Amino acid sequence: MTFLTKTGLAAALLVGSVSAASAFTACQVTDTGGIDDAGFNQTAWKGVQDSIEEYGIEGRFLESQAEADYEANLNSLLGSCDVIVTVGFLMGDATAAAAAANPDQKYSIVDFAYDPTIPNVVGQVYATDQAAFLAGYLAAGMTETGVLGTFGGINIPPVTIFMDGFVHGANHYNSVHGTEVSVLGWNPESKEGLFTGNFDSLDDGRAFAQNLYDEGADIVLPVAGPVGLGSASLANELGTDELKIIGVDADQTQTDPDRAHVYLTSVLKRMDATVQAVIKAAMDDTFEGGLIVGTLENGGVGLAPFGAFEDAVPAELKAEIEEIRAAIIDGSLTIGG
Amino acid sequence: MTDGKDLQKVNEDMRKLLARAAFGRGNFEDLFVVPVFAVVAALVLGALIMLATGVDLPTIGRSFVALAVGSAGSLNAVSETLTAAIPLVLAGLGLGLGFRAGLFNIGAEGQLLLGGTAAVVFTFSFPSLPFPILMLFGLLTGALVGAAYASIAGILKATTGAHEVITTIMLNLISIRLLEYILRQPYIQREGRADPVSKSVPDAGQLPRLLDWLDPNLRLHAGVFLMLLAVAFVWWLLFRSKIGFAFRASGANPDAARYAGMRSGLVIVAAMATAGALAGLAGAAQVQGVLGRASPGFSAQMGFDAIALALLGRSHPVGILFAGILFGGLEAGGRQMQVDAGVSIDLISIIQALIIVFIAAPLLVRAIFPWGFRKITKGGKA
Repeated sequence: MTFLTKTGLAAALLVGSVSAASAFTACQVTDTGGIDDAGFNQTAWKGVQDSIEEYGIEGRFLESQAEADYEANLNSLLGSCDVIVTVGFLMGDATAAAAAANPDQKYSIVDFAYDPTIPNVVGQVYATDQAAFLAGYLAAGMTETGVLGTFGGINIPPVTIFMDGFVHGANHYNSVHGTEVSVLGWNPESKEGLFTGNFDSLDDGRAFAQNLYDEGADIVLPVAGPVGLGSASLANELGTDELKIIGVDADQTQTDPDRAHVYLTSVLKRMDATVQAVIKAAMDDTFEGGLIVGTLENGGVGLAPFGAFEDAVPAELKAEIEEIRAAIIDGSLTIGG
Repeated sequence: MTDGKDLQKVNEDMRKLLARAAFGRGNFEDLFVVPVFAVVAALVLGALIMLATGVDLPTIGRSFVALAVGSAGSLNAVSETLTAAIPLVLAGLGLGLGFRAGLFNIGAEGQLLLGGTAAVVFTFSFPSLPFPILMLFGLLTGALVGAAYASIAGILKATTGAHEVITTIMLNLISIRLLEYILRQPYIQREGRADPVSKSVPDAGQLPRLLDWLDPNLRLHAGVFLMLLAVAFVWWLLFRSKIGFAFRASGANPDAARYAGMRSGLVIVAAMATAGALAGLAGAAQVQGVLGRASPGFSAQMGFDAIALALLGRSHPVGILFAGILFGGLEAGGRQMQVDAGVSIDLISIIQALIIVFIAAPLLVRAIFPWGFRKITKGGKA
């Protein structure tokens, strides 16, 4: 009791205006990686931040520490949010349940497509394999050992689609150039590969990259949110002649500036753009349940600039990648075909 | 007056000594006054830390209000607090019972994981069973598997003398990987998923939600009765039953207990099995009441939190109940702190930990607030 009255008093003294204004509020629930993961969650949050800047709305986020938090986090945002964006495939069940229980609340989820669609949920999914294909092609052209590596966080479609594209891209390079570049860590046919089992252990990121490096890989694509930061610090210590990293989700030379020089490029998944689009639709009352798909064509996925390797990447390779990009967009090249 | 005070001081010292010797006979001050001052001290220190990391004063005030409101300020808050407390109290009861028997069991995490997984597997394996039966058998399966897993450490200790701290930690590690393996088996893994996640608990196997007729978002489930029953049962077991006396005697003085004719091996295995059953029950209650499925790490470290909780509750069932509600409140309130004040979850974890540290160190709190206790012993104002 003492504690309640004391803090209450303190708060009454300290707080000028507690109540949030009636401004439009967009809320976000992150996955377990955390809002500052320099990739996945952070990119999605950037969509809310951009909306705050451009539309003058309010934004809030909640970080999930464990799967048991998803539902509770979703519940605690009810009543104060005009649209709730959940970030991550693993929140699919929790988001569907919350949407069914609260049919008037607008939801959107990154990385999950409901079939059939739910009237008050917009799924945001990405043809990430298109962008990862370019990264695989680039990496195959840049490797000196002839071995590439990749690993994922958890064996779920939005993770493995990166790895699929990466392997197919490298294979495409092989068939064009007659080389024998191999990719460790993922087999697109059997759907088996290397997974850390989590999206938050930087130690795992270091250990998995070390293992791949020991097996000869000199370019590694970690697809596990902040786990990849551990891989980046290994590359930083070994030097980029020994090991380069391909970032995911955001341009990691921007989100991880201390180690910007280790990133050959990043496979962009423009969650910020789709999140912002959903918020805009909710503000304009054009919100409709369904699906948004990010592709190379609409800029929802892409390949980041080559950063410190801008000069190291041969001009012919750059030109080839541009050709492939165009071929994927016009449909003349199918991935995994 | 001074005589009275001295006498009180002596009395208090005696009580403290007794409390320590009897491991858990907490008195009124320990149970009620210390927590209040501990929370105040933790909030002050927490505020200083937040200031140091650049959080401004209004936000700090707002976040503390949110902590209170989020843990006890609404029906939803109370529901969330209790929902979070259920598995923690169940697992904590088992650990406390082990501590009473002199067993420092670190294995609740593993027992909880396997017990919960077993409950999921049982319920989806017999979806045709009707509601209360499937639910109860699911819980029972969880308890049995938890008991069996804990018994491994108990038997190792009883037969070979292997220390339970080491064996239970190792069994935790094994259970984590074992779970990932189990969840990949075609019979258990959910159709159409490549990641380790189990099939769902059928409706008839779920602990019914108690308040969903008021608001479908209230998550409080029937596990709360299970929790209260378990508190009563453990209290009876420890303080009214013969085996409970053997537990306590073995914990207080194993040699004396042996000379008195108690079979130490049996006591060790029985205490570990009971602790494991409660941890398994915690896992089952969590999957059947909240999660509806098993996935890697669904325990969310509850097995470890429960250790702190059992110690905080002085290994007394009622103390553990209150400690569990405190932990549950911190979890629910911490969430609200994020929502209302936008304080980083990492800072919230620090404040939660500070509150626990201060409560766990009653002597420290008494040293910081000597006036608070003198006033209370004199006037009886709580």
